[in-house]
Amino acid sequence: MFTINITMAVLLAGVYTVGFYLLMQRSLMRVVLGIMIIGHGANLFLQAAGGPPGDPAMVAAGVPENMVDPLPQAMALTAIVITFALTTFLLALAYRSWVFLGHDEVQDDLHDYRIRRLPRRYTKPDSLVGSDSEANS
Amino acid sequence: MTALVTLPVLLPLLAAALSLMLTRFATIQRLLGLIVLLLIVLDAAWLLQVVDSEGPVVVQLGGHAAPFGITMIADRLAALLLLVSAVVTLSVLLFSIGQRITDYGRDTSSTAFHPMYLVLCSGVSLAYVSGDLFNLFVAFEIMLAASYVLITRRTTASRIRAGMTYVIVSLAASLLFITMIALVYAATGTVNLADLADKMGALPDGIQLGLSLLMLVVFGIKAAMVPLHFWLPDSYPTAPAPITAVFAGLLTKVGVYAMIRTQTLVFDHMESWTVLLVLGSLTMIVGALGAIAQDDINRLLSFLLVSHIGFMLFGLALFNELGMTGAILYVVHHIIVQASLFLACGLVTRHTGTVSVNGMSGVAKAYPLIAVLFALPALSLAGIPPFSGFIAKIALFQAGVQEATPIAYVATGAAILTSLLTLYAVGRVWVVSFWGEPSTPHPDPDPTDELIVGTRVTSRSMTTATGGLVAAGLLIIFVAGPLSGISERAATDLLDPSSYREVVLGDSAIAGGGE
Repeated sequence: MFTINITMAVLLAGVYTVGFYLLMQRSLMRVVLGIMIIGHGANLFLQAAGGPPGDPAMVAAGVPENMVDPLPQAMALTAIVITFALTTFLLALAYRSWVFLGHDEVQDDLHDYRIRRLPRRYTKPDSLVGSDSEANS
Repeated sequence: MTALVTLPVLLPLLAAALSLMLTRFATIQRLLGLIVLLLIVLDAAWLLQVVDSEGPVVVQLGGHAAPFGITMIADRLAALLLLVSAVVTLSVLLFSIGQRITDYGRDTSSTAFHPMYLVLCSGVSLAYVSGDLFNLFVAFEIMLAASYVLITRRTTASRIRAGMTYVIVSLAASLLFITMIALVYAATGTVNLADLADKMGALPDGIQLGLSLLMLVVFGIKAAMVPLHFWLPDSYPTAPAPITAVFAGLLTKVGVYAMIRTQTLVFDHMESWTVLLVLGSLTMIVGALGAIAQDDINRLLSFLLVSHIGFMLFGLALFNELGMTGAILYVVHHIIVQASLFLACGLVTRHTGTVSVNGMSGVAKAYPLIAVLFALPALSLAGIPPFSGFIAKIALFQAGVQEATPIAYVATGAAILTSLLTLYAVGRVWVVSFWGEPSTPHPDPDPTDELIVGTRVTSRSMTTATGGLVAAGLLIIFVAGPLSGISERAATDLLDPSSYREVVLGDSAIAGGGE
């Protein structure tokens, strides 16, 4: 275990906060931006998890104690590639959604809407007909 | 021997690349997929036999020793789930090919479906045999990336909304996964699961609890644990029946598997874990109540899926041998039964032209074979003896009663109540939709999508695939003895992970690392 540098900790907390705030917005574009920012935060975090900076490992001769841990860098690189690819896919999907719907609002779920309206039907007995009443009883 | 572990991952991945080049030869592409998945079934069966008699098989990729290189390991649990998953993916592929030939003719090929389906299979296999946390993350990403394509393929306006929810929730969970890996690495300096098991014990209790809860949240989203389940009933029903079947059968169970693996191996849970018991009970009840409120049959089944994830969490949360055995049996039973229910449901909706439970009636009279294919897994899901659900449930109830703490009794009560609610939910579908006089099929509500076709045509391979999967579910009854034997031995392995560590790290590493 090592202690993380305070600037880095504050920075990471800030990036995550901004990302999650954007994720909770109604506009799809902001949601996508939110995902991208949290992605950057997570990759930066993976980097920071390797400990304080030091000499490059393996490429040059040096004292092993001064070398930085290469494993989190390798993992961060993999994670960056994955988040990059998925962000591209997400952007394509957002564009498709915009083409279909003509706006980039996140929609309400139709089924949730129907279920929300269900109790009202009990107040009007004449609207309960046939198999409908069986299903809701 | 070691090839048995890597083949289920490599074979479908290479076949996916080949399949992408064969898009102009529809028949060869289909045969390639079927042959590869059949080979994986055989491979997994052999692997299970080897692992059960000789202990876990380990592969150190590239020959780098354990804590530094990438480890792949198949123990009893992994091999068992590998076999069950392979059987399900093979049946679903057969169903899907049948559906495609019936709807579009023999010569039309699909560019994305076959390669992506094989990539999905590869990701699922990799998740089972991963020996380190980061590799598990990569496995999840392979699996999820393929599932994103499959769920949003041939999008229509209604599907894009649901697909978007699915992709964003999964991506957010993946980013939390990276965060969790960063925290684990910062705390212990390793991501190898066997090595983590040693080093995690040395950390302060607070950090251990934090990491274990973060893992619970990450895998809880993937496994659709209440209150992180909201995305599942929204997105799964929007995909075509075979896709929904394989997602419902496998993807959530991979989340449960990851949960079982990390919580037993990395963390030291000496007694039952109250948090997970409460969450498991909530999952069961909320899912079952949600199912009762639904009219759309696919959404109803999706809520039941959420509800039954709770049973597995309940078994895991007890952290005793009986509970773990029950959880493993339940995973095996549920993968097969849930997939066959969704396939049967796909057959039903093709004939009725609607997914509304109230909108169809008399299915049993008009299509008796399909009605039987729906009824058998539905009864099994509700836990009616002698079906597989009963065997798994009785093991869990025994485990809950054996634990004999008030919270365990409450959870057992919740499990029994959920079984009854499940019976009510599927019983209602049976009474409303399957009994009575046959209704006239509804016309296709949206001809542009593949969802509700209402063609009244099903090919033989679709019925065979569904029938095969239902038969596999019934087979569990006959092999219940050996299956519970393997599950029990797998549970013992899980609760005493020393053999797992020894196999991965080698004896010298244990001696060196422990002191």
